Amino acid sequence: MKNLSKLRLSYALCAASLALIAASPALSQESVRIGYVVSKTGANAGGATTSTIPNYELWVHEINEAGGIQVGDQKLKIEVVEYDDRSSSEEAVRAVERLATQDKVDFILTPWGTGNNLAVGPIFDKYGYPQIAGTSVTDRAPDLAKRWPNSYWLLGTGGSYAEGFVDLLVKLREEGKIGDEVAMASIADGFGIELSTAGRTALQENGFKLVYDQTYPLGTQDLAPIVNEVKALNPDVFIAFSYPPDTLGLTDQARVLGFNPKIFYTGVATAFPLYKDRFKDAANGVVSLGGIDPNDEKVKAYIAKHKEVTGKEPDRWASFMTYAGLQALQQSIEQSGTLDKEKVSEVLRTGTFDTVLGNISFDNENRQVPNIFTVGQWQDGEFVGLVPTDKEGSGELVFPKPEWPAAQ
Amino acid sequence: MLTNAILSGLTMGGMYALVAMGLTLQYGVSRIMNLAYGEFVIAASFVAFLLFTSGGLSPLVSLLIIVPAGFAVSYLVYGILLTPLVRRARSREALEADSILSTFGLLFIVQGLMLVFFGGNYTSYSYFNTPVQILGTTIAANRLVVLGFAVLFGAACYFFLMRTRTGVALRAVAVDPIAAGLVAVDVRWAAALAFALGGAIAVTGGVLVSMFLTFNANIGVVFTMKALIVVIMGGVGNVAGALAAGIILGLVESFVATFVDPGLTIAVTYAVFLAVLLVRPGGLFGTAK
Repeated sequence: MKNLSKLRLSYALCAASLALIAASPALSQESVRIGYVVSKTGANAGGATTSTIPNYELWVHEINEAGGIQVGDQKLKIEVVEYDDRSSSEEAVRAVERLATQDKVDFILTPWGTGNNLAVGPIFDKYGYPQIAGTSVTDRAPDLAKRWPNSYWLLGTGGSYAEGFVDLLVKLREEGKIGDEVAMASIADGFGIELSTAGRTALQENGFKLVYDQTYPLGTQDLAPIVNEVKALNPDVFIAFSYPPDTLGLTDQARVLGFNPKIFYTGVATAFPLYKDRFKDAANGVVSLGGIDPNDEKVKAYIAKHKEVTGKEPDRWASFMTYAGLQALQQSIEQSGTLDKEKVSEVLRTGTFDTVLGNISFDNENRQVPNIFTVGQWQDGEFVGLVPTDKEGSGELVFPKPEWPAAQ
Repeated sequence: MLTNAILSGLTMGGMYALVAMGLTLQYGVSRIMNLAYGEFVIAASFVAFLLFTSGGLSPLVSLLIIVPAGFAVSYLVYGILLTPLVRRARSREALEADSILSTFGLLFIVQGLMLVFFGGNYTSYSYFNTPVQILGTTIAANRLVVLGFAVLFGAACYFFLMRTRTGVALRAVAVDPIAAGLVAVDVRWAAALAFALGGAIAVTGGVLVSMFLTFNANIGVVFTMKALIVVIMGGVGNVAGALAAGIILGLVESFVATFVDPGLTIAVTYAVFLAVLLVRPGGLFGTAK
């Protein structure tokens, strides 16, 4: 155990030296101190390095390049204090507490993922920091918004995604394009459980027949048995509420095994640039959560800037919510003209902000962004938002899904 | 459906077996319980990815570079990092405990290096991913390649250990290092060789799985765990045992996923593992001590 305690010690030393570096110039308010805790290592790192970390870096870069945030009559640059939570929620809680009490940062950005955001919620609330979560999908968002009045849940509820998709299916069935049979596979972990529960309810309420409804454990490497079995059932619709490795694995197997249902839906990572890079033309027609309006000027500018600063494109789902949350925070600091957390929170709660998601306001019961795209589809290299259909810039579903192209 | 399940199980099992063979050499002969084993597997996946995307080099060709490199790196790791532990250890048990702690540190170093060079992103590329028809069912060509390599490596290792003088020396060290020393086997050399061979097999596995699995810098531990189960199930140090245990696990997982419930694969894996240990505590091919 000696090595273990040494390891702890070295982490502590790292943290202490980071804190020292960060703490030294803060005698008079010459900068805005922003802290964050994200999963740079561990199981969550894949998601955090796609949706969260690049956006934090982009935002800080943009502000500092422009000379800082306008706070009252001063222009203050951003100074960052960051920690790695190693994908452990205990570590995330400790680090957020440290940011609040020892580093005394002005604002704290949220960690990646649903679990960690739920874990750190009480700490944000205790010290009065606004918690603007861009990567949390939870059906409890409305309750949480009540319990922690300074929390915002930009990614919405699992139910909204499942229901948005089922609405789309209902419409297709009314048009006589698909039958009643739906196959659903989901990962036995937070996101998969929440989404599949919501999906199952919505499907059954609307009279769909679940011909296949199975979960698979985290870290499943062989997805061929699932695809083979579903293929034999020949449903019109296949839904997978999956995590990144299995999203890619399921798509890959479906292509290899020639399973091409009329609607093919996969979960997290479908909207990642990785998916497009990996499958190229084969991505066309695949449906998933999220989506954007590719003709919107703000969206285009954001994607270009993201690529320029971080060297890669943003994903077409949570990246947008994350960045919009940062823009809202910045604007509420500028509008309130102070770094006082309470005054900034007041503006956050009631104001309207010009963001990459359009003009948004959190002035509602559940502190969510109303009217975000919940269902999207890859169409010629862009992940186009489809549902809600009445949202400005929403695209038309390409139906049925085109054949998988021949092997790459 | 049955042929599907068998083929899918064989290819997955071939991968488990291949990855576990390296660990069984390292653990069985060198007595190093290498917790950083999976990190070496993933590091090779990243190198193969890099050579493929930037150099256009087929992963199968890049094996020619990566496997010798893996051998050399493992040899150096043993020589520089682990020899002092071996020299100091009073007994086999003490060496095992020390090696667990030091390779635990190594795990973080290798993982940290991968994070610095490649970031925490998921990585995936497509190579040789064409459907092949066998016995009326379809399977991806790259998975057949992995199965082929697993059998090839298994056979080569078996031949090497059973039929060559060096192989006999390695086996002797696995059974009893002191007695092996008395009959003029250079124990330290044999242990270093086995560790390096194990490393070479680990990177082979890494290159091959990179063709069809999505990986990132943090999933090495998954491979270490799976390999450890296979190694213990097959009998520590027994290459044929690793091959058999790997393929059994692959088949069991695939059958459970196809005919019972994909949610139970992990539970069944451990149930089989426990059952084998209850009946044969030394592993399938192991000798009870």
